[in-house]
Amino acid sequence: MGSRASTLLREEEIEEIKKETGFSHSQITRLYSRFTSLDKGENGTLSREDFQRIPELAINPLGDRIINAFFPEGEDQVNFRGFMRTLAHFRPIEDNEKNKDPSGTEPLNSRNNKLLFAFRLYDLDRDDKISRDELLQVLRMMVGVNISDEQLGSIADRTIQEADQNGDNSISFSEFIKVLEKVDVEQKMSIRFLH
Amino acid sequence: MPLGSLSPDLVGVSRRVSLQRGFLILCALVVLLLFEAVVPLGASSSPNTTSGKHGSNRTKKPFPVLSFDYSHVRMPFEISLWVLLASLMKLGFHLIPRLSSIVPESCLLIVVGLLVGGLMRVVGEDPPVLDSNLFFLCLLPPIILDAGYFLPMRPFSENLGTILMFAVVGTLWNSFFMGGLLYGVCQIQGTNLSEVTLLPCLLFGAIISAVDPVAVLAVFEEIHINELLHILVFGESLLNDAVTVVLYHLFEEYAGIGSVTVLDVFLGVVSFLVVALGGVLVGAFYGILSAFTSRFTSHTRVIEPLFVFVYSYMAYLSAEVFHLSGIMALIACGAVMRPYVEANISHKSHTTIKYFLKMWSSVSETLIFIFLGVSTVAGPHSWNWTFVTVTIVLCLVSRVLGVVGLTYVINKFRIVKLTTKDQFIVAYGGLRGAIAFSLGYLLDAQEFPMRTMFVTAIITVIFFTVFVQGMTIRPLVDLLAVKKKQETKRSINEEIHTQFLDHLLTGIEDICGHYGHHHWKDKLNRFNKKYVKKCLIAGERSKEPQLIAFYHKMEMKQAIELVESGGGVKLPSAVPSTVSMQNIQPKKPLPDRAIPKISKGREEEIRKILRNNLQKTRQRLRSYNRHTLVADPYEDGWNELLIKRQKLMQMEKKMSNYLTVPAAPPDSPTLSRARLASDPQAYSSKPASGDLPTIKVDLASPQSPDSMNLVDEFQKTAALQKDDDDGGLVMKVPPEDKEEEQKGEQDSKKEQQQRLMRCLSDPGPGGDDEDEPFLP
Repeated sequence: MGSRASTLLREEEIEEIKKETGFSHSQITRLYSRFTSLDKGENGTLSREDFQRIPELAINPLGDRIINAFFPEGEDQVNFRGFMRTLAHFRPIEDNEKNKDPSGTEPLNSRNNKLLFAFRLYDLDRDDKISRDELLQVLRMMVGVNISDEQLGSIADRTIQEADQNGDNSISFSEFIKVLEKVDVEQKMSIRFLH
Repeated sequence: MPLGSLSPDLVGVSRRVSLQRGFLILCALVVLLLFEAVVPLGASSSPNTTSGKHGSNRTKKPFPVLSFDYSHVRMPFEISLWVLLASLMKLGFHLIPRLSSIVPESCLLIVVGLLVGGLMRVVGEDPPVLDSNLFFLCLLPPIILDAGYFLPMRPFSENLGTILMFAVVGTLWNSFFMGGLLYGVCQIQGTNLSEVTLLPCLLFGAIISAVDPVAVLAVFEEIHINELLHILVFGESLLNDAVTVVLYHLFEEYAGIGSVTVLDVFLGVVSFLVVALGGVLVGAFYGILSAFTSRFTSHTRVIEPLFVFVYSYMAYLSAEVFHLSGIMALIACGAVMRPYVEANISHKSHTTIKYFLKMWSSVSETLIFIFLGVSTVAGPHSWNWTFVTVTIVLCLVSRVLGVVGLTYVINKFRIVKLTTKDQFIVAYGGLRGAIAFSLGYLLDAQEFPMRTMFVTAIITVIFFTVFVQGMTIRPLVDLLAVKKKQETKRSINEEIHTQFLDHLLTGIEDICGHYGHHHWKDKLNRFNKKYVKKCLIAGERSKEPQLIAFYHKMEMKQAIELVESGGGVKLPSAVPSTVSMQNIQPKKPLPDRAIPKISKGREEEIRKILRNNLQKTRQRLRSYNRHTLVADPYEDGWNELLIKRQKLMQMEKKMSNYLTVPAAPPDSPTLSRARLASDPQAYSSKPASGDLPTIKVDLASPQSPDSMNLVDEFQKTAALQKDDDDGGLVMKVPPEDKEEEQKGEQDSKKEQQQRLMRCLSDPGPGGDDEDEPFLP
């Protein structure tokens, strides 16, 4: 959808977003007000600078990557639909959704999609593999500057060694899923959006 | 497993027979001990006239070669006997395989207590009752400290809201429901209970409604239930102490007067907040003190565990002085001090703390249950069918109702909802135990004439919950297919990804403007890293990121496992890379605690060398000092010394004519190992500890003190102190023994050292740049 100049949210839009993401009416309006408060340019879309203006995000080691995740490939602006679509990954999985029929498209906040979102944050070049370098980059961001490269390298090697099953020296998505099977991803990757 | 030609049946039978024989011997021993205990109890009633004053009418008796004087050791003797009895019983249960899998230990111990009490009755002695002072001041703290120190913080803090709801609201509901309904029942005609007024009933309700941590621990320990349920029930049992304390004091105060006004209720609420928060604050204060103290213990490693124990106990006692919640103080103290203390203390102290806590809490638990049994036989009982049965029924009903009702409310706020199965286990796991008994026993007989009835009822409820619920919970868990605890250790992948997700979620929360769980946790972590860690953790460890600490721990564990399983020796192929990793620190001084990464083959080879040489050095040990620790290859300094050895070898290759670079003497790894034994952060300059009572044993070391300075310089410390290596260690291992294979190099070393000593006074090129790595 192209960027819209209007700042009001229309009912049909709310309905569409509801269907696509599963958020409730009140959650959508609440997040819309947050969206508009971030949107300093008042043009109905957010740019990277708008995100970077959030102070806590600046000190977050993964801040840049998270911001990038909101923007679809190659674009510099994200509208409200895109904003909601990304946030939908973090909606808690409800019990009634667990038993939905598998014939429909998978909801955005299914366990698989949550893990895919996280995987994409590691895998910047989108080759469906987390290579040693990509892992090193993430480790370096999380650990800071005090630790030597070699040390991080050995940690990265160890990590890949633990996870890698097909011997290609990188972590594929299925290996990633397997490694995290003990972690309660449904809980860890969910935010309780207040009603 | 068939042994050779024996058939499996025969083996099984013979094993059973030997086990049974063993148990019989154990029983005989116990009976013997009991008689030994009981007989002196009778004998001691007659005062013992010991060595006398010089009376004028003393007649001359032959000098007593052997005399019997029991009374002056009586108290410790009896205590030791009880502890011995408890431990032997524990031992015995685990020798009988079938029994320990059916009946939980707590039940068996109560039965043993009953038997012992009965035995003492039979002999004519009065069985002792579980003294409340003894219980609250001596037996309970170790268990709580053990629980608090090893409390898994992550699931606890994630579920804190739920736990608090159950602990506070649940306990309040239980006490008032039970108290109120009991009062109603008492008022019914025909039960001759009408003298039990409302307030004593409410007091009884308060006492009986608290879930007991000791009993919960004892039972849940054996069923290995999943982490969430375990932490829910256990956390509830710990945190409801505050509620119990307040309610108990409130009702006890006003039961005599007979009425409670609104003001009293309001004061009670305020009191609850004060008790809970005050207890936590007191505990946190002592925890921080303890963490701060542990920062300076690098020279006196032997007493490190003592600080942990004493500070925690002081926290408990201080809280008890003000009638605050001692349990919460203890939990807060243990939880607050743990991350900092563990970063500061040596590996050995860590093990000591862990095992001492486990030992004490185990003995305490055993003693508590045995005493419960004995007290049952001892105490005056007043059985009232109505009261007791109504109590038991109400306990169950109120617990179930409380859990179900609370879960309904809680699930609205939880991401992972509690299922019906979970609720059932939480309700069923609400065991009562010795705390209720002790509180009941503390009641004043004057003010509460129905005290004996209360105590009887309490004991019955305890027996019911421990026996019936304790025994049936295991098969029920299996029947309902409740998720069990996952036994596998955390892998590095999980650690990395969990941290990654933490950051991710914090970021998303910030984008949404939602100040949730992750946001505050992140803030706390940041505050911790920036300010608190700097104060409380010694040296460079304060800057160590959590991931690195985790990785280091994991590697250590693996290395130790490798040794214990006798790993094979492989020749290293990657020595340069592993060595260079330590040396190349861009623009930063070498961290005091160099984090090692050595290929496993290298580890093995070096371990082998250490093992061989250590045997020899033990023989050469000339003197021994109680105050310092003997060097040990498995002490956490050994990996540093391994790095150092590699560095040495590298340097030897490269510096044949590089005079200004000091050649570290070949025995430096040994010496530094010896030093490191008392201080793993050996790379930092140690102040001369002249007040330490050490005996220096200098075993003909060819090294003069000057060469020690080489080592220091080599280690890039700023302050060169001549007496640096004297502090903290006794034994100087003779260098000749260790470096037999480097004998040839020693001569060339000596020459270089002489050259070096000349160079020291005359700094050559590059001698002042400490940070420059030796390897290009």
